[in-house]
Amino acid sequence: MINSYLRQDGRKGIRNVVVVAYLVECGHHVARKIAQPFEDREEHDVHVIGFPGCFPNAYADRMMRALTTHPNVGAALLVSLGCESFDGQGLKAHVQASGRPGELMIIQRDGGTRSTVEAGRAWVEEALTTLQGTPRVDMKPNELVVGTICGGSDATSGLTANPAMGRAFDMLVDLGAACIFEETGELIGCEQYMADRAVTPELGQAIVDSVAKAHRHYHTLGHASISVGNAFGGLTTIEEKSMGAYAKSGSAPISGLLKPGDIPPKGGLYLLDMVPDGDVRFGFPSINDTEEIGELIACGAHVVMFSTGRGSVVGSAISPVIKVCANPETFELLWDDMDIDAGRILQGEASLEEVGKEIRNNVLAVAQGTLTNSEDLGHQEFCMKYKRFEPIGPECLPA
Amino acid sequence: MANDNGDDARILRLSEQDNVVVLIQSVPAGERLRLDGQELVMAAGLDLGHKLALRAVPAGETIVKYGAPIGSATADISFGAHVHTHNMKSEYIANYSEDDPYEAEDGS
Repeated sequence: MINSYLRQDGRKGIRNVVVVAYLVECGHHVARKIAQPFEDREEHDVHVIGFPGCFPNAYADRMMRALTTHPNVGAALLVSLGCESFDGQGLKAHVQASGRPGELMIIQRDGGTRSTVEAGRAWVEEALTTLQGTPRVDMKPNELVVGTICGGSDATSGLTANPAMGRAFDMLVDLGAACIFEETGELIGCEQYMADRAVTPELGQAIVDSVAKAHRHYHTLGHASISVGNAFGGLTTIEEKSMGAYAKSGSAPISGLLKPGDIPPKGGLYLLDMVPDGDVRFGFPSINDTEEIGELIACGAHVVMFSTGRGSVVGSAISPVIKVCANPETFELLWDDMDIDAGRILQGEASLEEVGKEIRNNVLAVAQGTLTNSEDLGHQEFCMKYKRFEPIGPECLPA
Repeated sequence: MANDNGDDARILRLSEQDNVVVLIQSVPAGERLRLDGQELVMAAGLDLGHKLALRAVPAGETIVKYGAPIGSATADISFGAHVHTHNMKSEYIANYSEDDPYEAEDGS
């Protein structure tokens, strides 16, 4: 059983984080300085997130609301310069309405860098004390939301870590957890296969449409598909390459299609569509893995499983990231950053099933409080940029 | 060393429905490998990640890996043969048209 943190809005978290959120890049330094003295805390529980843009953006509003009231977050301090267009008062009201301590500091109003940093640190100190009294309650695996992503992939990713994470997803879905996979741009060629796994034909069509949108985006940006390097690695077709990434999803029926900030309404497997709607407007759908991890977390992910062949070292603000290393040579070199050695499958030392179980057990241990290596090393990456989405339709979440 | 199914330990079966297996270590030419109860001799050296036919696949038939179709054979493929660009191709036809006009709406 997971000993979770109960929030006043009824949601349950597996970490008890204070977020310091800058509302424009001009407040980033002050936010970082506020969090700095708390860096060495064993709990690694003061995290900086933020949105750099000065112009308004509905997606950024929605993401920041989702993240500052994430179940792993207990309190949020917002840092505004004062003249950016982000609705800081609205965000503060949203945080407070969720029952979490929330405050807005405005650098231009509060006397500049030095005094805002000082006041911010005092506020965080007090919030940490308050959060010590957070009620602890039992949380079942069927209340967990788990995300998955791959990055720094190589020929081994689709052979070991991704299919093993797929096995872990199947086991977690069986336990009733909500599991989210993503990157429609890397699932081109799998759309019909995914549609066949959808719980309704209408959802299946929505999935096909989401991949079409991803294809159109990447095509416009002149980026995508299969490369010469892939063929050297034994990958013959685009379907095959996509299947390697798709293996992360396991074999459960697909229960819904989400966009960033949508919370899965119940257990099951969900696809996250992170490609913006409409014309290509703000550049690449995601500029790096960290942006995608932030979107999984905005969908309520308590924990994220990350498969890597070449060896990514990133973690994340707010939710722990579990590193599943696909390549045994990478594991030997970066063992300190990796949580699971899936490359043993290549050496005949473990089966996909065994590594799948190990990943599932690790997810549950991390939910029970065990720190991942990226948490222990202080990784708290965060990245958000401009995007634009239409709300999902009723076909995306069949009853 | 062998897998539970008797295959050479350098071979991985990803899904029960597959008609190809994957090499999980590089194997030099001339090497003998046990696959599905039979012995095959590697015609050429192959690197990790490459596919071998688990059974004979006639031209036109679907190649299945991860339990999913990943393309089709462009020639008759014999048991144990290397399966790659020389004897298979993508069957991918987008379920949507490239120039499908999208009705973008204004506003952020």
